[in-house]
Amino acid sequence: MFGTLSGGLRLVGRRTINAVWRMGAATRFMGLVLLRSGLSFRRFHLMIDELHFAGVLSLIIIIVSGLFVGLVLGLQGYETLKRYGSAEAVGTLVALALVRELGPVVAALLFASRAGSAMTAELGIMKSTEQLSAMEMMAVDPFARVISPMFWGGFLSMPLLAAIFSVMGIFGGYLITVVIIGVDAGAFWSQMQSNVDLRNDIVNGVIKTIVFGAAVTAIALFEGYDAPPTAEGVSHAVTRTVVTSALAVLALDFVLTAFMFTGV
Amino acid sequence: MNFPRGKVIAIMGGSGTGKTTLLRLIGAQLKPDRGEVRVDSHPIHAMSHTQLYAMRRKMGMLFQFGALFTDLSVFDNVAFPLREHTELPESMIRDLVLMKLHAVGLRGAHALKPAELSGGMARRVALARAIALDPMLIMYDEPFTGLDPISVGIIGNLIRRLNDALGATSIVVTHDVQESMKIVDYVYFLSGGRVVAQGTPKEVVESVEPFVHQFVHGEADGPVPFHYAAPGYGEDLGIHR
Repeated sequence: MFGTLSGGLRLVGRRTINAVWRMGAATRFMGLVLLRSGLSFRRFHLMIDELHFAGVLSLIIIIVSGLFVGLVLGLQGYETLKRYGSAEAVGTLVALALVRELGPVVAALLFASRAGSAMTAELGIMKSTEQLSAMEMMAVDPFARVISPMFWGGFLSMPLLAAIFSVMGIFGGYLITVVIIGVDAGAFWSQMQSNVDLRNDIVNGVIKTIVFGAAVTAIALFEGYDAPPTAEGVSHAVTRTVVTSALAVLALDFVLTAFMFTGV
Repeated sequence: MNFPRGKVIAIMGGSGTGKTTLLRLIGAQLKPDRGEVRVDSHPIHAMSHTQLYAMRRKMGMLFQFGALFTDLSVFDNVAFPLREHTELPESMIRDLVLMKLHAVGLRGAHALKPAELSGGMARRVALARAIALDPMLIMYDEPFTGLDPISVGIIGNLIRRLNDALGATSIVVTHDVQESMKIVDYVYFLSGGRVVAQGTPKEVVESVEPFVHQFVHGEADGPVPFHYAAPGYGEDLGIHR
């Protein structure tokens, strides 16, 4: 009885110490990433390569998903609003839902699973095949040369991807409600225009995407850098990136929404 | 331990005795708990980040499996340190890279990707990359592991020739007794993180010290026991209680 209890306590203690240690390591890691960012901006093509890797290669999934989310939102919105005789408001509904919530959140989740997992795997494999060590021994700082450009590439592509996602969603909503169902195009656009506020809706949405982009990219890079140098270690790290990023995005979204839209 | 300029020195010992750790201490990728490492008579662990990186430019390291950058071609791998550390025009970088590749016999393979190379070729490319900046110290981490006899001979030869051509110091971590005895000037034996024996190849081969004798002649049992520490055999099988 006493044995199980002390065993349990020891386990809790070890896990806590481990969690605190990892948080410390992650903070130190991010500190180094930011501190050694100079090269990313001086040698711009390093960052452009990473923008291509994280951003351009994620375009297909973002565009297609955005379109389908917009189509579904348009259909559901139209069906519900029609009952209250305000089918033209569907434009507002689609736009607000996308710009405030779905754009940032769904784009961030897709970004984590498409680009985040790829970053973790790339960094994890570079570490396990000693490419990062080799770089250090060639007097090239891997933080400056590889990790910081990856961070800024991911950080910058996330808001752009979310914007594209929202635009495609609105286009999808337009396609289904205006072109196919036959809602009045003028009403669709003008209602949207008068009800979506630049400061409250769009800027807040963009702030979310910036926060999510930083969070997902930081998690992906730390997991890759911290991965044990084995096949199993890298595969676990990739899984952890997707799971942790998804939870972080959803939790951050709740906190940000509470601050932005309810005046808490 | 002492590694004088111009010499090729082997560090030998069983797996897990701290040979690779020693290389990482010299390159300051690890910090020692106690003691001091001096490179070119400068204590390397007391250096600032900038000083350390300046010192590392004078070192080359060959990793166990080459550690080539898999997304770059052979040419770009060798050009990497040159492009990072010099402002040389591309035409000169091209000449230098081809010269380094020629030295390891792989000028013709410059357009290949690391995935298209055999193990021995990958290690030769990595060697060309390690000497791209003409280092004063070259460290080799298990350069012979997993290679066929021809490749082992080629790498062994290159280690000696490049060291003499560059006037550098080479430290070779290995457990390949046959090959390394042919090329090195001096040998250190490590066991359990300590130097247990040292000497020239001739002295080592003739040594009567039990550990060295076991190691050099590849005997299964001796000071390094065949069995991992375990409770009594009979006890484990439940015969004796």
